[in-house]
Amino acid sequence: MSNPQQLRYSKEHEWLSGAEDGVSTVGITEHAANALGDVVYVQLPEVGAAVTAGETCGELESTKSVSDLYSPVTGEVTEVNEDVSNDPSLVNSAPFEGGWLFKVRVSEEPGDLLSADEYTAFSGS
Amino acid sequence: MSSTTPRLTALDALHRSLGATMTDFAGWDMPLRYGSEREEHLAVRTKAGLFDLSHMGEITVTGPEAAGFLNFALVGDIASVAVGRARYTMICRADGGILDDLIVYRLAETEYLVVANAGNAQVVLDALVERADGFDAVVRDDRDAYALIAVQGPEAPGILAAVTDADLDGLKYYAGLPGTVAGVPALIARTGYTGEDGFELFVAPGDAEKVWQALTDAGAPAGLVPCGLSCRDTLRLEAGMPLYGHELTTSLTPFDAGLGRVVRFGKAGDFVGREALGEAAERASQEPPRVLVGLVAEGRRVPRAGFAVVAGGQVVGEVTSGAPSPTLGKPIAMAYVDAAHSAPGTAGVGVDIRGTHEPYEVVALPFYKRQK
Repeated sequence: MSNPQQLRYSKEHEWLSGAEDGVSTVGITEHAANALGDVVYVQLPEVGAAVTAGETCGELESTKSVSDLYSPVTGEVTEVNEDVSNDPSLVNSAPFEGGWLFKVRVSEEPGDLLSADEYTAFSGS
Repeated sequence: MSSTTPRLTALDALHRSLGATMTDFAGWDMPLRYGSEREEHLAVRTKAGLFDLSHMGEITVTGPEAAGFLNFALVGDIASVAVGRARYTMICRADGGILDDLIVYRLAETEYLVVANAGNAQVVLDALVERADGFDAVVRDDRDAYALIAVQGPEAPGILAAVTDADLDGLKYYAGLPGTVAGVPALIARTGYTGEDGFELFVAPGDAEKVWQALTDAGAPAGLVPCGLSCRDTLRLEAGMPLYGHELTTSLTPFDAGLGRVVRFGKAGDFVGREALGEAAERASQEPPRVLVGLVAEGRRVPRAGFAVVAGGQVVGEVTSGAPSPTLGKPIAMAYVDAAHSAPGTAGVGVDIRGTHEPYEVVALPFYKRQK
């Protein structure tokens, strides 16, 4: 698998798109989706909610386990992916595209987000 | 066990070539899934699945007193099992606590194959060796003598028939006979842990790849896929089958687990745990302890082992296994709950899922029963 070059990554295995009008898109990486197995339930933050970099803002439930969803940045949620709520398997089938999770108006970004190459080295895939 | 190198099955290289996600299970490196565990699960329900179960622990018991010895060591009436048949049974401690659940195959008048769970194989072996004292019987550790391959699902009989000349029509559920599969010797058993028809094939480790490949080729037109332990767990959960370490533990007797029927007080001779199990049977008939029930979610959050079952703000039980059910399309769980809340349809029962009480419906087990 390859991690898209234009995205940046957290060590909690979220990806963050470049900002458009100050709003970035967040999802989990293919590496994380593969590690989870079939995702069956996604609990996303609510539109308008404040999220904080490195803190939990939702959960992802798979066959074998439940995992916290961490926000890679601090900001305000502007949109959540209703398609993923209705069909969580999108997280597995298209983690970098149709399986995106939420959009956030970024107010603060941590300094330790990784580039695609750094994340590939960090995650081993 | 995490500090030691996991053991590899004879099919390890094959699993890796198939791109399996591997997991440590009871000290073995086993396939968790090859692709989507949900699709593997549904393949077993509708077509067929192929499993490597070589982590299971095989123990052979032979000798003139093999039958009498197993009647003493286990809770079932093993002496009454006919040659060529198998029996689901348990081995208990003197205090009645369950050490493991087992399948015992009678291969000959004086030869049995005992199959233990991987995580309990050493405990079972040690207990059998200790209990064999005074019997003219030999307990042999055969864990390295067998690879175990299962083909499960409605298409399993047709697929296996293509690579064996054994009489599968004559092989009933819970029967096993020696035969040839893909040209190599195998013990062919009509047993499984999925709730479907199917077979478990005990073969020499050196023959495992050949058997796996032959079944893969024969099964491809019927939709057979390789399956990992993840779907094995959801398949057995839907079928209401207990898993040691979850529904069965040393702190429970077979009666606590609703499986008192495996204890045969009427058999000849004494057996380990008889007195304690007699008291447990008495207790269960008068004042039932917690009862093993099924729970079906009304929402989508999944209960996990250890979560509290609640009613009216009080804890009334504990989840032992839980997963999203691919067949029902909803989360399901097995749980021990107080008798007062155990009747199917009991109102107001929920599961505490990370602080939120999610409503659950109490149902009778199993969740799934195949159409015959």
